Amino acid sequence: MSKDREFLWRRLHSLLGVIPVGLFLVFHLSLNFTAVGGEETYNNATGNMDLIPHALLLLMEWVIIYIPLMFHAFYGIYIAFTARHNVKRFSTFRNWMFALQRFTGIFLVIFVAWHIFQTRVQKAFGTDVDFNMIAEIVDNPWMLVFYIVGILSATFHLANGLWSFLVSWGITQSPSSQRVATFITMAFFIILSIIGVVAIVSFV
Amino acid sequence: MEATANTGRMVDVEILRQDTENGQSRWEKFRVPYRHGMNVISILMEIQRNPVTADGKKTNPVTWDMNCLEEVCGACSMVINGRPQQSCSALVDKLTQPIRLEPMATFPVVRDLQVDRSRMFNALKKVKAWVPIDGTYDLGEGPRMPERKRQWAYELSKCMTCGVCMEACPNVSEGASFIGPAPLSQVRLFNTHPTGAMNKDERLAAIMGDGGVANCGNSQNCVAACPKGIPLTTSIAALNRATTVQMFKNFFGSDHMVD
Repeated sequence: MSKDREFLWRRLHSLLGVIPVGLFLVFHLSLNFTAVGGEETYNNATGNMDLIPHALLLLMEWVIIYIPLMFHAFYGIYIAFTARHNVKRFSTFRNWMFALQRFTGIFLVIFVAWHIFQTRVQKAFGTDVDFNMIAEIVDNPWMLVFYIVGILSATFHLANGLWSFLVSWGITQSPSSQRVATFITMAFFIILSIIGVVAIVSFV
Repeated sequence: MEATANTGRMVDVEILRQDTENGQSRWEKFRVPYRHGMNVISILMEIQRNPVTADGKKTNPVTWDMNCLEEVCGACSMVINGRPQQSCSALVDKLTQPIRLEPMATFPVVRDLQVDRSRMFNALKKVKAWVPIDGTYDLGEGPRMPERKRQWAYELSKCMTCGVCMEACPNVSEGASFIGPAPLSQVRLFNTHPTGAMNKDERLAAIMGDGGVANCGNSQNCVAACPKGIPLTTSIAALNRATTVQMFKNFFGSDHMVD
């Protein structure tokens, strides 16, 4: 990738993290939340996806999820590995957020790859993605922990990424607006985390 | 004189030394007689006078940069007890001992505590951090600057290219192309100046290239570290907005090149 285009790549990385990847995460966790209502509610809710014609669903998956996600993930790996972390010397809140954003990002590449392999790839091989499938996965306590850490990493990465998005596009400029954005995005992190974790625990 | 009288107290100092560029570095310990009101520079001068380590071995005098000795030139910056700052205004009485001195390793180390800050000056050239007034005839007076704006811009002009923000920034390193917080804030300063603003788009174009403003990762260490209290992160966010607008102008087209 040309370094002269770096500005555009970075802005694209910031944009894609929110639209569509961030929106997809909110949608995904909300759909998972139907598991709180039990097996039948969850299967009905997710079953609605099968009403979409298969070719269209595939197209949507690639355009809305895989391509933006892959760009965000791979360019993100590059960004993460160009940083030299110094939270020991500068242990400010924002510097910790900076480091955590990169750590969760790297972890999410591994988690999401594994998660897609365990669900979407298995579906392509003919296994049904339903309540039972997830229940079997999280039956293993280590997998449950792995999934909870994955969900929390994702919600944090999105919430803090929203904060950075607001700065990167020049929306929050003053220190006070950035502080307010911190509170709002952290509240968003907590709410989305509760939704995500309650959902995965209801499969146990 | 009382101020220079030997109090019998000693100051423990540890210095990260390096004889050549890209050479091996090593820690050396020194014990320097305490004097009232000592700063880090006076420790280094004392070592220069008597280059003997704490265990009595003769060594080379320590090399460092300095100039104004009143925290306006930016030359004597180094990492003192983990924090990059000016050694002239770092007072021994306010530092915990042993005082650990390291070069700002985000820059190429020339020798000992001396670093090469050329990348900052190159960045200032790249972003055209000046007001061009040269012409073939007298251009006359420029537009007036509102007084309140001048006062505000004065804060940005306090930057002394000391490199502390560069050392603090996790995205600035020898391996990365990010030009860093200080040159970015200068773009905001010169784009604010009424005459400087006539070349606003050129400076924005410069920071929309390789290693420009988009490489900021918002760790906000720069604003915490800046010895002059320059609102670096506000400058960066303001430039983020300006470059966003410029990006749309560049793509969709606009007949407003500079305003």
